Amino acid sequence: MITIRLNGADVKVEEGWTILEACKFYGIAIPTLCYNEGLSPYGGCRLCLVEIGEGHRAKLASSCTYPVEEGLAVHTDTKRVIETRKMMIELMLSISPNSKVIQDLASKFGVTKVRFKIRNEECILCGLCVRMCREQMDGKAIGFQKRGYKRKISTPFDIRSEECRLCGGCIYICPACQLRCQGPEADTAVCNACLTMDPTCLDHYDELQCWMYDAGRCGTCVREKIEKEKTVSSKS
Amino acid sequence: MDFDRVDKILKAYGMKETHLVSILLDIQTEANFLPREILSYVAKKLGIPLSQVCRFATFYKAFSLKPRGRHVIKTCLGTACHVRGAVKVLQTIERELGIRDGDTTRDFKFTLETVNCLGACALGPLVVIDNDYYGQMNTTKVPKMLKDY
Ligand code: SF4
Ligand code: SF4
Ligand code: FES
Ligand code: FES
Repeated sequence: MITIRLNGADVKVEEGWTILEACKFYGIAIPTLCYNEGLSPYGGCRLCLVEIGEGHRAKLASSCTYPVEEGLAVHTDTKRVIETRKMMIELMLSISPNSKVIQDLASKFGVTKVRFKIRNEECILCGLCVRMCREQMDGKAIGFQKRGYKRKISTPFDIRSEECRLCGGCIYICPACQLRCQGPEADTAVCNACLTMDPTCLDHYDELQCWMYDAGRCGTCVREKIEKEKTVSSKS
Repeated sequence: MDFDRVDKILKAYGMKETHLVSILLDIQTEANFLPREILSYVAKKLGIPLSQVCRFATFYKAFSLKPRGRHVIKTCLGTACHVRGAVKVLQTIERELGIRDGDTTRDFKFTLETVNCLGACALGPLVVIDNDYYGQMNTTKVPKMLKDY
């Protein structure tokens, strides 16, 4: 057992844990994307950033890869952390705005605009599929190739791999393969529908009636809150 | 290049995965490129996934998965060479050889590549063929330079 200073409180953690694991243990939520419990950490998405150290020497580190050490000071919710996290989400949005996982993250963390060029790529290079294939599916069929702006995920020589068992594990885990729900403005870079939409059933009932148990997230029965506010203000 | 030769290279590096880049470099030097069968063979012998070997083989510009010509022409398109007309030089070479940047002539004599600064800007526009430097290049010098080979 070693002691770290987590958001100002001295807490005991197991040696060999990562900061992320320690935060989880103490119930501090940290968003992640390229991390998965069953796979080795990769540290690619930088969403799980925390600040380590104190004062002006504090620096950002990815909590999913950083091991705890005696006396380590960790802050999980500083201004710097939150702003950087939003920036990472914004960057990922610009690469792959069609991903539901990333759109959800944007809504959750209040990213409402994208200032970068929209690239509409099918991959954000999080490496989850590669690790899934290699570590859980025993496939070893896919990997990173090339570098820089040409970097991509592919099979050796870009041909059908003999090692792939067509298990679908890579697709299952891919955050970019989950297409975003088709809200009213499906072509925009940021959806944010979860922030601005209202299930219509609430006009008639006290409780949500969604039999999908998904609180209008598919966007078929909802209307925009902004619309409603507009009509209210025009009437008055 | 046959598998016995690959075996020798692998042995020289103690069959260690950590030496993968050196192993691939040796193969590249001998065979002039990295043939698919040989990459598969290396992966099998070292006991690592082929996808991992390919990750390295596609990462470095020193490696080529396509057969290369006997002579490699590197045209510098770095800033200093660029402003002195490197693009024109490149276009002339392309026209003379009938190939594009990154391609190899049909008789496997030349492979044409571009680089971004060779660290000899004072000589720009610069073209390097194998290990010979051709400085202060211009379009009229290109045919003469190619005739040397
Ligand atoms: S479908 Fe093929 S590439 Fe994807 S995880 Fe399974 S074995 Fe790997
Ligand atoms: S294909 Fe999907 S899982 Fe694989 S690296 Fe790209 S975004 Fe990640
Ligand atoms: S979850 Fe830690 S960097 Fe992606
Ligand atoms: S720019 Fe060509 S050598 Fe530097």
